[in-house]
Amino acid sequence: MLTYTLRRLLWLIPTLLMMALVTFLVMHATPGSPLDPIAEGANPLSPEAQKNLAEAYGLDKPLWEQFSIFIGKALHGDFGQSFIYKTRTVSEILIGAFPVSLLLGSMALVLAVAGGVTLGVLAAVYQNRSWDYVSVTVATLGVSVPNFVLAVFLIVLFSFVIPIFPTGGWGEPKQWVLPTVTLALGPMGIIARFTRSSMVEVIRSDYIRTARAKGLAERPVILKHVLKNACIPVVTLLGPLFAAVGTGSFFVEAIFRVPGMGRFFVDSMTGRDYPMIMAVILLYGGFLTVMNLVVDLLYGFIDPRIRY
Amino acid sequence: MALSTPASGTSLDAADILAAAPSAATSSLWRDAWRRLLRNKLAVVGGLTVALLCFVAIFANVLAPQSYSKANFGSIYQFPSREFPLGTDQLGRDVLSRMIYGARVSMLVGLGSQLIVVLLGVPMGAVAGYVGGRTDILMTRFIDVMYAFPRLLFVILIMSMLGAGLINIFIALGLTGWVGIARQTRAQVLTLKEKEYVEGARALGARGWRVLTRHVLPSALTPIVVSITFGIPEAIFTEAALSFIGVGINPPTPSWGQMVGENQQFLRSYWYLCVFPSIAIAVTMLSFTFFGDGVRDALDPKMK
Repeated sequence: MLTYTLRRLLWLIPTLLMMALVTFLVMHATPGSPLDPIAEGANPLSPEAQKNLAEAYGLDKPLWEQFSIFIGKALHGDFGQSFIYKTRTVSEILIGAFPVSLLLGSMALVLAVAGGVTLGVLAAVYQNRSWDYVSVTVATLGVSVPNFVLAVFLIVLFSFVIPIFPTGGWGEPKQWVLPTVTLALGPMGIIARFTRSSMVEVIRSDYIRTARAKGLAERPVILKHVLKNACIPVVTLLGPLFAAVGTGSFFVEAIFRVPGMGRFFVDSMTGRDYPMIMAVILLYGGFLTVMNLVVDLLYGFIDPRIRY
Repeated sequence: MALSTPASGTSLDAADILAAAPSAATSSLWRDAWRRLLRNKLAVVGGLTVALLCFVAIFANVLAPQSYSKANFGSIYQFPSREFPLGTDQLGRDVLSRMIYGARVSMLVGLGSQLIVVLLGVPMGAVAGYVGGRTDILMTRFIDVMYAFPRLLFVILIMSMLGAGLINIFIALGLTGWVGIARQTRAQVLTLKEKEYVEGARALGARGWRVLTRHVLPSALTPIVVSITFGIPEAIFTEAALSFIGVGINPPTPSWGQMVGENQQFLRSYWYLCVFPSIAIAVTMLSFTFFGDGVRDALDPKMK
């Protein structure tokens, strides 16, 4: 177990390096440069100005040198100055925006897990009855409809038709509801589907028949015996779930005007803000890989049948 | 190793004769699956909707009542009426016509990208799984790193670097999409190449390439087909998402995602500009999901 954990942790290093390298290459191998004017059709900077700027940002050095300088600085937590928001460093921007995204993401995740497991249990217990159909419908909607489309429907329903929630903003808790629900519906659908099939499988197993045979009431059978084992495979879903919530938040944040990382992400990409792009991709990628590792370890911890 | 087995001298090798039996079973597998698919009502509805969407996409130029790109400043921001069933946008263009052309973009992206993904991913996975050894380790490592990349993030990165446009969407989706299918093909090939019938084919003198293409891959086809049916809506979703943030399809070519993205800030004033394309995306995605679920259940009844 310990060697396994260590090995996985060590694998993080080449994975992140590869991620950085692939991103770096994609940025530099494609036509265009951060020194190009942002507005379309605008006059380009004079060659001298371009040369000076390139020197100031270190863009004149050979690619391998740029990359190793970046890695060296990144190891000290220094991701450089943003090209677009020229007065702020990348770390400053991210420290300001990340907590907002994190709050939105965590709320969505909690809602997704709680709602998804509940829907899945209801669907499995009331198989092929109305509860099952309700939960399958919600699950299918959540899984297949993109969250920015769900956002449009939710705003129309809960801001215009029945005006309970505001259409956007991020000041008071009332404004948190719609973005959280929008972000949660997709992962919730995935969890509900998975919990249902996992529950159905466990319900049919022998030890559940035994539990019923010894006269246990339906409720403790389901809640204590079935759910415990049915939840194990659901844990594996948490990894991809983090990814869904993370990337999903760009769109949700854009529609509901949430001041999180989503805005910087898209802006930095279209504006060729090299330091920002690297930082954002590594932050997301690193976060996801660590979460996947945590989930894998957790899985072994919850299910003693698994050996590493 | 199969690659080192001696070749049989005859042009028609015995393995082919043996292969006739499994191929008969294969065709009945597909026929059974088809029958099971038709029994699934949701899947049939989904399939019919998909067929309708394809029809609309192919005949967009005949079906669209007006031009999708010509501005008409005499009739901007018209609410749905008899003349403009779904209203007009900020340039006075007919929303219905734009949505009909949007179907063309969605279908093109969905089907085209999967073609690229299969052409890249299946050979990669098959070679990795079949050849094994160092090739496999190298390719699997590469695939794993690509897999760890948040997919949408990578697609957005490539699109912002290359610039918006249909061809670039194909490139971005192809570059990122093959990983999943390569993984799956590799896993299938790994288990299948140890099966007795494959060993039999090899013993009868079939060589590596022939064993792979005639005996191993056909059996690996079902999971590949299933992953294609789910890959199509994912590609459509990705295009919509890209166009939503403005790095997907280039205007004036209309795309549903782009229509939602451009107009979501006017949702309160001109709801129809956003709501109709949203409905189109939702219906398309749901149809593909129902159809895909049906195909999966039909091909592998055990998985249900």
